[in-house]
Amino acid sequence: MGEQFSVQVRDGQVRNKPSFLGSVVATVHYGDRLSSLQVKDSWVEVKAGATSGWMHISSLTDKEIILNANAQQVKQAASSDELALAGKGFNKQVESEFRRQNRHANFAGVDQMEKYRVSQKEMEQFLKEGGLRPQGGTV
Amino acid sequence: MSAKNINRRDFLTVGAKLGVAGLALSIPLSGCVPTDIGSAVQQAAKLTDSATKSYAAVSKAWEDITPEQEYYIGRTIGAVILEKYKPYPNKTANAYLNVMGQSLACFSDLPELFDGYHFQILDSTEINAFATPSGLVFITRGMVRCCQHENALAAVLAHEIGHIQLRHGIQSIEKDRVTKAFSILAIEGTKSFAQSDIASLTATFEDSITDITSTMINSGYSRAFENDADGAAVTTLRRVGYNPQGLVDMLQIMGQQLQPGGLDFAKTHPAPASRIENVEGLLAGSALQAPSTAQEHRFTAAMKGV
Repeated sequence: MGEQFSVQVRDGQVRNKPSFLGSVVATVHYGDRLSSLQVKDSWVEVKAGATSGWMHISSLTDKEIILNANAQQVKQAASSDELALAGKGFNKQVESEFRRQNRHANFAGVDQMEKYRVSQKEMEQFLKEGGLRPQGGTV
Repeated sequence: MSAKNINRRDFLTVGAKLGVAGLALSIPLSGCVPTDIGSAVQQAAKLTDSATKSYAAVSKAWEDITPEQEYYIGRTIGAVILEKYKPYPNKTANAYLNVMGQSLACFSDLPELFDGYHFQILDSTEINAFATPSGLVFITRGMVRCCQHENALAAVLAHEIGHIQLRHGIQSIEKDRVTKAFSILAIEGTKSFAQSDIASLTATFEDSITDITSTMINSGYSRAFENDADGAAVTTLRRVGYNPQGLVDMLQIMGQQLQPGGLDFAKTHPAPASRIENVEGLLAGSALQAPSTAQEHRFTAAMKGV
């Protein structure tokens, strides 16, 4: 079994080939620990449950992400390069406190902006219609 | 390349070494211009020296800010930007901007962020664009009007994505603040923070937000950072199949439209002419394809009202 990686994005897609134009074969989540099978350029082939597929390296970290750290793990993480803590430091609680103190900051606008989601199909259609032929993929 | 020890930060360093993502990683002078975001919290809660000294061994800096924390930093910067500028509510234009931006981001050196990339037009005639560390990209109507075709608009978005992938925003945070934040984190031993710790963290958080927004809105990044973001943009545009000449076209129009002494790009960015010189150096010798008619049609259809 290869090295271990953790998913460092909220939701990660595992694809059937090392390209964002590949089909999604599995979805993984923040903190999930995955074994790597091989690395090709900026892509890592990972084992996700019963299936395997490719994830871009920027969605992974070689640190172990602790989702609900106990006191000992918090102290350990402060001096370790191998652990990262989820939900600690600048987090939702800190944002809430900031919002309480800065009533005019437009978080509703940000929430609205975060609703913009582009599907893979929309992106493929956009590239194809525009005659754009990206490197590393065929549309 | 072994998979061992490749994390997101290492990946970026490797990218930089390969010349993919630009080279300079010097720390810019962070903006010291005061902004109007709540000074109350800053004054209300200060870390004690003893607390900081207790954890002097904690010498972490912005490299150790996780994507999850960048997400909260970025959301807050976005909320400050959207307090200053109103979102432009044209659904067609914003949908077009998002599918184009997502297509570019997927072929950048940093395609994956904690919550992904999101793009928004701002209802302002200023010529400006901003990008938060977490992937929120803002472009004013004034900036859209500097773009005469899809390649040019793609170049603006690719430049902003370049700032994100090169972590220019996060590097605007003064290192001491990040060290303080990690010190508080190290002190905290239970699952939830005490109210005093939250106040301290929030004060540090607020100072960090001010560092970034002051740099983005008031003082601007260094010339080296802007050139690096242009370099990253050229790489991304080429990978997607866009003609990177669009960046030069946009800069030429911007050069004609910027008002000397203006409070927008004129204040925060190097003169377009100097950026053009840099970009043309990157384009030398490359074969450039003509823009497609389909691109022009959809650009006009989506942006006609903007």
